[in-house]
Amino acid sequence: MIYLELFLTFFMIGAVTIGGGYAMLPLMQEQVALHWGDLFPQEAITNFIAVSESTPGPFAVNMATYVGSEVAGILGSASATMGVVLPSFIIILIVARFYDKYRNSSIVKGVMTGLKPAVVGLIAGAILSVALDVFFPAGLSAAALTTPAFYLSAGIFAVMLVLAMKKVHPILLIVLSAVAGIVIGYLGLW
Amino acid sequence: MKYVKTRWKKVWKLFTTFLKIGAFTFGGGYAMIPLIQKEAVDKNGWVTDDDILEIIAIAESTPGPIAINSATFVGYRTAGVMGSVAATLGVVLPSFVIIFAISFVLRQFQELKAVQYAFQGIRAGVLALLCKALWGMYKKNQKNWASYIVMAGAFILTGLLDVSVLPVLVGCAVFGLVTAKVMERRAQK
Repeated sequence: MIYLELFLTFFMIGAVTIGGGYAMLPLMQEQVALHWGDLFPQEAITNFIAVSESTPGPFAVNMATYVGSEVAGILGSASATMGVVLPSFIIILIVARFYDKYRNSSIVKGVMTGLKPAVVGLIAGAILSVALDVFFPAGLSAAALTTPAFYLSAGIFAVMLVLAMKKVHPILLIVLSAVAGIVIGYLGLW
Repeated sequence: MKYVKTRWKKVWKLFTTFLKIGAFTFGGGYAMIPLIQKEAVDKNGWVTDDDILEIIAIAESTPGPIAINSATFVGYRTAGVMGSVAATLGVVLPSFVIIFAISFVLRQFQELKAVQYAFQGIRAGVLALLCKALWGMYKKNQKNWASYIVMAGAFILTGLLDVSVLPVLVGCAVFGLVTAKVMERRAQK
């Protein structure tokens, strides 16, 4: 059943990823590709990251709502969102009562020692797939290096990276990238 | 009777407050903390500044999005389980409604040439945003051999060798447990 599949997949994602922001991206990318790969090529997920940055709310909830809606309409949205939210809800209710015990537990400390850097490595891996899709949309090949699209993407990426490091607002950054994309498109260079 | 009434009032107030927080924070997670502080500490006095620090510490060491963790925690501290349900529902609802609406709009317009061009540029911009987020997370990590090994290992396994994420997470957790024990022993000596 599609609703159960959505609920359980996102429940698993919500239950095992520690850390905010994009910590859930690697597992989401993998699981979405595994279950609904034909609906969500890498390109669609990267596009949606831009949508999520420009709308309110946590990335995990946005992504769950979006995937659920594309796969199975409003009930699918609700199933996926419930799934991604429920683990943290339950865990916080338990931890809120035993916080001191939890915080000082050597097991929790040990697990965190491994998981925090793991998330950094995993996100780097997820970013690599995004990068491959941006620079080599037709697959990794030397031929891509001779297309203007490769250098135009690299140029946009470089400029935006500098702006991002200078703490330009993400929404402004996305708007600028969109304008660049449209101009390049109508010049017939993509 | 009066107690019951004030409790439901609190639950309702939690719902509307977190609805507001959910509707106005872009970027989620840490971006929400100052807003929660303002609403839950300064305005309503539900929790203290110390509680907020505690919430951040808990949110960082439990699974799930920080926004959900904080809403559940503040709701529970303020009005028990019903409070946590109200706050969590409140913080989730705005993004749920907005994204659900947007998914329709995206479907309608994704065939347009201009939209496809725009997203072609946007994807390169998103890559920059992700790199910046990664840099921020990297800087917050401990700088010792164990964490470099885990970072590199997780990246090589999932990014280059296509190993699934879940077993890598489990492996890193076990590795963390072992190294934490080793470091503890060394510190004792």
